[in-house]
Amino acid sequence: MSEAALPPTRIALVGNPNTGKTALFNALTGGRQKVANYAGVTVERKEGFLTTPGGRRLSVLDLPGTYSLRARSPDEVVTRDVVLGRLAGEAAPDVVVAVADATNLRLVLRLILELKAVGRPMVLALNMYDIAQRQGLRIDLEGLGRELGCPIVTTVATRKRGITELAEQVDALVESGALATDNAWHEPSAAEIRSAHRDAQRLLKAHVRPPERPDTLTGRIDSVLLHPVAGLVILLALLFLMFQAVFTWAGPPADAIEGGVAWLGGLVGEWLPDGLIRSLIVDGLFAGVGSVLVFLPQILVLFLFIILLEDLGYMARAAFLMDRIMGGAGLHGRAFIPLLSSFACAIPGVMAARVIDQKRDRMTTILVAPLMTCSARIPVYTLIIGAFIPDRTVGPGLNLQGLVMFGLYAAGIASALAVSFVIRKVFWRGAVEPFLMELPTYKLPSLESVLRNLWLRAEIFISRAGRIIMPLMVLVWVLSTFPGPPPGATDPAIDYSFAGIIGQALQPLFAPIGFNWQMVVALIPGFAAREVAVAALGTVYAVGDAEANVGALGARLAEHWSLATGLSFLAWYVFAPQCAATLGVVKRETNSWGWTAVMFVYMVALAYLASFVVYNVAVALGAG
Amino acid sequence: MHETVGAPVAPAEVGASAEGLVRLSQARPGDHGVIAEVRADHATEHAVDVHELERRLLEFGFVEGAAFEVLHQGLFGADPIAVKLDDMRVALRRRDAADVWVRLEADR
Ligand SMILES: Nc1nc2c(ncn2[C@@H]2O[C@H](COP(=O)(O)OP(=O)(O)OP(=O)(O)O)[C@@H](O)[C@H]2O)c(=O)[nH]1
Ligand SMILES: [Mg+2]
Repeated sequence: MSEAALPPTRIALVGNPNTGKTALFNALTGGRQKVANYAGVTVERKEGFLTTPGGRRLSVLDLPGTYSLRARSPDEVVTRDVVLGRLAGEAAPDVVVAVADATNLRLVLRLILELKAVGRPMVLALNMYDIAQRQGLRIDLEGLGRELGCPIVTTVATRKRGITELAEQVDALVESGALATDNAWHEPSAAEIRSAHRDAQRLLKAHVRPPERPDTLTGRIDSVLLHPVAGLVILLALLFLMFQAVFTWAGPPADAIEGGVAWLGGLVGEWLPDGLIRSLIVDGLFAGVGSVLVFLPQILVLFLFIILLEDLGYMARAAFLMDRIMGGAGLHGRAFIPLLSSFACAIPGVMAARVIDQKRDRMTTILVAPLMTCSARIPVYTLIIGAFIPDRTVGPGLNLQGLVMFGLYAAGIASALAVSFVIRKVFWRGAVEPFLMELPTYKLPSLESVLRNLWLRAEIFISRAGRIIMPLMVLVWVLSTFPGPPPGATDPAIDYSFAGIIGQALQPLFAPIGFNWQMVVALIPGFAAREVAVAALGTVYAVGDAEANVGALGARLAEHWSLATGLSFLAWYVFAPQCAATLGVVKRETNSWGWTAVMFVYMVALAYLASFVVYNVAVALGAG
Repeated sequence: MHETVGAPVAPAEVGASAEGLVRLSQARPGDHGVIAEVRADHATEHAVDVHELERRLLEFGFVEGAAFEVLHQGLFGADPIAVKLDDMRVALRRRDAADVWVRLEADR
């Protein structure tokens, strides 16, 4: 019998949000999907594989969490369609693994009763069993399993406990020839939901004894963090600390990396013979790609904050505190987490908008998500701030550069609120969606998972530098080196290159906002990704500076740009849609080139306007 | 924009029913008791119809017989509210909470 030729047995992880489905998926398949302590982390279907102890190939599907198969938002539609086998070319899963938070069984029991109607063989994974045991929660596994008619496995996904047992149960279930019965699922009516709740309640009463040591920590922490006044103050202080820290904490390691890159570049430069190869490596790779890599510490500091807040369970609290303000700007309550995710990167932010049911609310969220300051802007902001803003303390613990950084983040947030206000009040007036959100219990993040996540972030950042920035810098270097100057030329050689010609041709368009032609050249590859502009500036100025000036890029910029130009560049980057991947994902999520174009145009217009105002005001104040 | 559209039933106006029930939307932090009825008749302008709202509340655990306690409220307009519902905590806006009728219990 050729096992390998058999198609794998397909299992799907289904359950309420935030019950550990993705943690279980990662534990089963060795995957690295995102796990965090709030509802709505997973918004798409992910597949992974494993071989069970019985030698069976399993295909595991991780799905978005849901309270009901009666899907309302696009992420829940994915779950419903997979479970019911409605996806084109994909049958319903062979086995459904219902994943439950053992400490919070009421809602999931009702969902399980709904799942039973679908008729697929089922295993129940009682996850977070460590917490259940700590609380002294007693669950009569045998009795509950008998009544539900499915085997029960207890698991601790984050510590990979119960994983083998779960795989064995799936094996046993398939082995026993458990067959799917007819799908009798239909959208339950209110009366049917009530009756299922009563059944679930009866099961709970009969088989679960309330915890001996219920969790009181969450309540105590919440009385501070959700306090109407103190809570808001703490939220603002946290954001302030986060953006300051991006600038101040990361300074020393960033300087060290910068020194290292410069030293290595110098070494390689001395070792290579003068000529094109040396210029390509020193100007293109070290000055270009290196100038972006030095921002790794800043990126990691930002992610450290985000990861800690996400794992602790703070995100839903922040959404609670900000709900009125967001609602005032016309944003849906569930828009908060997509927007906060956009601080990392707009792409997961735009995708996270799938948790919003109404199309209009979702579109508004998608349209403003790229205004949130993503981590790719950090290299741009840090470079320009470092070059133009004096490193001074302006108060206890307040650094001027950090303050400007905070101001740029605040500008992004304020503009996102303003744009959504305009969209909702001018273009799309209408009723507000109901908003219900679970507040998860606080969990202490494990050092290991925090480090693993940080490492993942570092990998992504470095691999972007390799995949996107490096090839583009070779291109930028070629364009700024060829053709060489005509004999007897007096201007710098780069003025005669393609880059010089293109930059100077387009520069008049940007003259009103104070950009020089080198900046224009940097903006073009910068549409691939924001940080590419930093690398491109590095290359263009390195090629342009004949006397192989080894100074850091920031020092070069301070030499060549006025303060007004530097500020104008910052303003441009608050708004400009300089990221092809974001535009691609907006096209995919909105399924419309029209909306993508609307976003591109409005962001370019805002960027130009903001830069124009900033530049001219600065010039008028004597900073030209 | 006026909040009430259509013909509201009488309890929507007074906020308390004959049986001594109040809307969850009127509860203050510290109030606790049992959910007596989930009845989406509240005539505010929701983006979904009342039956849909009722089912959503039910699926989230706002179901007759569930014990609740209002834990926190927001700063602006005392909105939204955080409610402990049996073993879970849920945040919701007062306008959506208006469809949940509760029986308050005296302090423990
Ligand atoms: N203590 C403990 N924590 C767990 C366990 N499983 C998951 N977690 C934590 O629970 C939270 C939610 O885990 P996820 O895997 O993201 O949950 P999910 O079900 O995929 O959530 P959605 O994708 O939002 O539906 C994370 O903070 C995990 O670290 C467990 O067995 N024990
Ligand atoms: Mg998940």
